[in-house]
Amino acid sequence: MTAPTDHHVTVWQEKITPNIKVAGSGSPVVFLHGAGGLVWDAFLDQLAERHTVYAPEHPGTSVGDPDAISHLDSLWDLVLYYYEIFDALGLKSVPIIGHSFGAMVAAELAASNPERVSKLVLISPIGLWREDIPVVNWMIITPGSDLPKYLLRDPDGPIAKQMFGTPDPEGMIRMIWSMGCTGKFVWPIPDKGLKKRIHRIQAPTLLLWGKQDRLVPPAYAEEFASRIPGSRIELIDEAGHLPTVEHPAQVAASVEGFLA
Amino acid sequence: MYISTFHLMPHRELPDDFEKRYSSVWVTPPFHELADAKRVGQYYNWTFDELIAAAKAGSDGICTNEHHQNAYGFMPSPNLMGSVLARATDGLDCAIVQMGASLPATQPPIRIAEEYAMLDCISGGRLVAGMPLGTPMDINMCYGVTPMEQRERYREAHDLILKAWTSREPFAWNGKYTQLGMVNLWPRCIQQPHPPVWIPGSGSTSTLYYAAQHNHCYCFLSYFGYQAALRSVEKYWSVVQETGRDLNPYRLGFLQLVTVAETDEQAEKDYAKHVEYFYHKGLHVPPEWMGVPGHQDYQSLSNAMRNPMIANAFTSLKEKRFKDFLKDRYVICGSPATVRDQLKDLVGKLKVGNLMVLLHIGSMPHELTLKNIDLFFREVAPAIRPTWDDKWENQWWPAGLRKKAAQEVTA
Repeated sequence: MTAPTDHHVTVWQEKITPNIKVAGSGSPVVFLHGAGGLVWDAFLDQLAERHTVYAPEHPGTSVGDPDAISHLDSLWDLVLYYYEIFDALGLKSVPIIGHSFGAMVAAELAASNPERVSKLVLISPIGLWREDIPVVNWMIITPGSDLPKYLLRDPDGPIAKQMFGTPDPEGMIRMIWSMGCTGKFVWPIPDKGLKKRIHRIQAPTLLLWGKQDRLVPPAYAEEFASRIPGSRIELIDEAGHLPTVEHPAQVAASVEGFLA
Repeated sequence: MYISTFHLMPHRELPDDFEKRYSSVWVTPPFHELADAKRVGQYYNWTFDELIAAAKAGSDGICTNEHHQNAYGFMPSPNLMGSVLARATDGLDCAIVQMGASLPATQPPIRIAEEYAMLDCISGGRLVAGMPLGTPMDINMCYGVTPMEQRERYREAHDLILKAWTSREPFAWNGKYTQLGMVNLWPRCIQQPHPPVWIPGSGSTSTLYYAAQHNHCYCFLSYFGYQAALRSVEKYWSVVQETGRDLNPYRLGFLQLVTVAETDEQAEKDYAKHVEYFYHKGLHVPPEWMGVPGHQDYQSLSNAMRNPMIANAFTSLKEKRFKDFLKDRYVICGSPATVRDQLKDLVGKLKVGNLMVLLHIGSMPHELTLKNIDLFFREVAPAIRPTWDDKWENQWWPAGLRKKAAQEVTA
């Protein structure tokens, strides 16, 4: 296990200096976190055993720089901002793994400029919308009591207790602010036109989904798969919306197999 | 001291088990299960009649506000209400206090500049222009505005409205949220350069600063009594000083629930159940909806999470009964003497110039509301009205309705 180090690059007319957590060695991969903010976990540890993992923190979510988010207004800004980060890191074409909100951004990056994304792993992505199975708005769910029911297969299990068991004002501030900073690009419905652009994705794509995902039901896997040429679905049993937390080893093994 | 009568226009007849059967009074309550459009028409007309009665009884101003998709207070368009009230109070020295049209929910925001100018014309220059940011339930959840954009939209709309009112020449507005090639407002306000601006808020640090920096009146809309509000209000006065403004008490508005009867015992008998209805049903909202992610800026969010006073006040409401609301002065209720004493205490401690009183509360029927209005303006208001008149003029009041401060009168 290699502890990640903080790496900084300055982009966007020198207005934003994102914190990028970096660990491991080997071929590079980028990980884009979900709405709750970046948590370096066992999944990323395992990934870092064979790869150099770059995990940028979404603008505004880095400690001490909450107002960085004010420099990016639209999804278009956010996509171009990430290309600038890739440039600064010397990543011409790189595999991107995204979770939930981060997976939507990853899909946008792969659709906007297919040359920048060599492979794509979308874990429980948001970004499409079906009226018959609407994605639950995670930003208005009671964090302590209801959020675990939507995020985890077992809302009363040890993972739920670890994540939500003890009241932690600082943790809540981080999570709520992170939801605000990511929500800026998807409120109130996470359908911002990806359906018009998704056909442009050329990267080989793996769709990973928790079978018991109650936030973004696994039926959405088909919606993504049918629009991304050559993509493949892998469902994770006994997992909700956070398969990398609920089954880190299994998900990491699947991702590594796909990247190899 | 200026006293305005506030009205929420709530649903007055929610079922007894409402808060057990439904998850929220806001955003999600099903209209067809809970209300009847003809009956709702009656509520609106009672609201008009109660506010007009207050104006005739001597209320210095009458206030309406904007909320959406709820049974707590449903005037989606306060300017429709204000328009009727402006006409109906023709000839009275009563301000039309719009508390008001929500800036981030109105697009393009010059719609508010236009409607407020109409109200100022119709009322003969009696408009107070409230500029609310709006609650997360209204603006983010019902009207779909991205929470993180809400304040920025608000500030841009505020600047656009003031420029539309004050600019003599047509101008182009190249904003982030609004682009207009030719702004040339018709009509213009009677009050020049523009009507007084009041900013309602519930203690957010950034709103306190905004009001002080722009020299507007900050109105603390508090439901948890003036003791709980003291900390926020003290912060406001320190911000006022910090921004180099004078300590004119008319910089501060404060909303208080007030109910009056012949005696303390009678007051409890008359009002206890309506006060409980208001707190148990009218404010039945998941507390975290008050802080939808992105609605507060980072500093306000951090302050709120580290000192969760408002959130705690919300979560403990259901456990409280009338006696608790009375004891903590969420409501000032009693005989005229009791109410006078407590209001004097409130006004002095907070240094409030623009007092707003909520005289219709929750399920109060029309006749009882009229009694409350009558007793309040006959037996209570005269005793607190002279406060501050020796020294300060209310610069946040329509000029045509202003009393002169004693010092100026004698000078």
